[in-house]
Amino acid sequence: MSKHYLDLSNVGMRFATPSGWFEALVDVDLKIAKGEFISLIGHSGCGKSTVLNLVAGLNDPTSGGIILDGREVAGPGPERSVVFQNHALLPWLSVYENVELAVRQVMKRAPKAAVAERVRYYLSLVQMDHALEKKPHEISGGMKQRVGIARALSLSPKVLLMDEPFGALDALTRAHLQDALMEIQAELNNTVIMITHDVDEAVLLSDRIVMMTNGPSATIGEILEISLPRPRNRVALAEDVEYHRLRQRVLSFLYEKHSKVTPLKKPKAEARSAVA
Amino acid sequence: MQTMIHRINPFAGPWGLTQLKAGGARAWRSSLLPMLGILAFLLVWQMVASQVQTSLGNLPGPIATGKQLVALYQEHSAERDKRDAFYARQAERNAQKLAANPQAEVKVRPYTGRDTFFDQILTSLVTVATGFGIAVLIAIPAGILLGLNQTLYQAINPVVQILKPISPLAWLPLVTMVVSAVYVSPDPALAKSFVISAFTVSLCSLWPTLLNTIVGVASIDPDLQNVSRVLKLAPLTHVRKIVLPSAIPMIFTGLRLSLGVAWMVLIAAEMLAQNPGLGKFVWDEFQNGSSESLARIMVAVVSIGVIGFMLDRGMLALQKWISWDKRSELR
Repeated sequence: MSKHYLDLSNVGMRFATPSGWFEALVDVDLKIAKGEFISLIGHSGCGKSTVLNLVAGLNDPTSGGIILDGREVAGPGPERSVVFQNHALLPWLSVYENVELAVRQVMKRAPKAAVAERVRYYLSLVQMDHALEKKPHEISGGMKQRVGIARALSLSPKVLLMDEPFGALDALTRAHLQDALMEIQAELNNTVIMITHDVDEAVLLSDRIVMMTNGPSATIGEILEISLPRPRNRVALAEDVEYHRLRQRVLSFLYEKHSKVTPLKKPKAEARSAVA
Repeated sequence: MQTMIHRINPFAGPWGLTQLKAGGARAWRSSLLPMLGILAFLLVWQMVASQVQTSLGNLPGPIATGKQLVALYQEHSAERDKRDAFYARQAERNAQKLAANPQAEVKVRPYTGRDTFFDQILTSLVTVATGFGIAVLIAIPAGILLGLNQTLYQAINPVVQILKPISPLAWLPLVTMVVSAVYVSPDPALAKSFVISAFTVSLCSLWPTLLNTIVGVASIDPDLQNVSRVLKLAPLTHVRKIVLPSAIPMIFTGLRLSLGVAWMVLIAAEMLAQNPGLGKFVWDEFQNGSSESLARIMVAVVSIGVIGFMLDRGMLALQKWISWDKRSELR
């Protein structure tokens, strides 16, 4: 049973639209062990966010079921915390207060000192303990996302769900946050599902990469085991043969087997001569 | 040598003419331009007024209006002096009585003089505050409830839309009848005219706040709603920490609109309900028809405009003070 900490069996999702049912996901089967870091990768519209929302409990699957630690997932909750793509910090609260709001939900009747200690601990994990009183509009995008991660971590979730957490950031900030995430992961050993578009990020961070086919009616195409030893250093990996082989596997899936770009049609010969 | 020249030259470097020009441009925009605008308006007013002849004489220009304002202030001062004198005499009489016979009964009568122009301004402000206050106490909670609950909103919205366009002049007879029937007391603490005016103001000014609150509450960032769901916030905590702060800008838009409507409705309501405020002042002067009436009405009209402007600025200052987003441009 320890293999299947998080169990998605035959999960399907369809939405009602004015023109009939829209099948987003079909037959998604995924078993995740405790402490695993899973990346979900695929083209836009392949249902990655839908899978995440289902695990988070923000939507209910129309078929199949999701079981976490022996209990069925039925509705959102702090044990499946989410890091949103657009940080989703409350703009009228300071950095400290944003994380405190989350901590108070898991430490309901705790004394103030204990809450403060926990808030400061998680903010120091993401290196944001120098900006506790700042409001979100006073800090940069990377900092906002760090606070979002701190908030999600402070709930001590069973599963940490990240929806393209670094998508809105520039490449340098992204690299810093990826390294920070790896350090935090080494310390806390959370079970993580991360949605990403970035192949390098997926290979660098994850234990397994789940590659999804194109939507609609998307499903899991391939699951790739990443057996690179930890801790992983991006500069050293740039010369690693195994890293490039794994990367090539993912690229081949995305751009050859399940490519989304259709080749341009050549214009007809008559049309060309008419223009001339 | 070069740096020396820079230090001596007052027109070079960061503290030179450029900065002076920039500061000057700001001063030009924020105070001189509005003053020029007002001056131009006063000139046009004076020119137009001198051309218009009415049955009561020339339409008063700014100068005639200014003279009447001074006259009204002098009447106010004279009235205050009379009142002070009355109370002084009364206190002296009572002191003499008590000195002669410590057991004697002393009567303290209130002064019954006329309301001055400035007393009437105060009455108007108190009435609009009461009416607006009642409206806000109803509109904001109702708006939050209707914004959060789609079922309630769809049920009640048609009623709101039908009541919203009703003019205060149409409400007045109904309100008068109801208040006269219900508010029966031989010695009322509040005058009937005050109650009627305040209620009419409430009925007309609650709609902008109600509708803007509903929109503000219903249009919260879906990401923040998801945060609330993941954190499993209790319903009241959700309203306090997410819904209300998110909706504050829209609520204040509603409050500013409502206050503007309230002030306008108040003047009309006072005229018809005879509440002793600015509305009644205008009506009395109109009925009076003396040679100074037009100028006094003009003073009242300008006062109404200025007070309305100050009320709006006051609400804006309150919004700026409460707003968490100090960068947003509020005007």
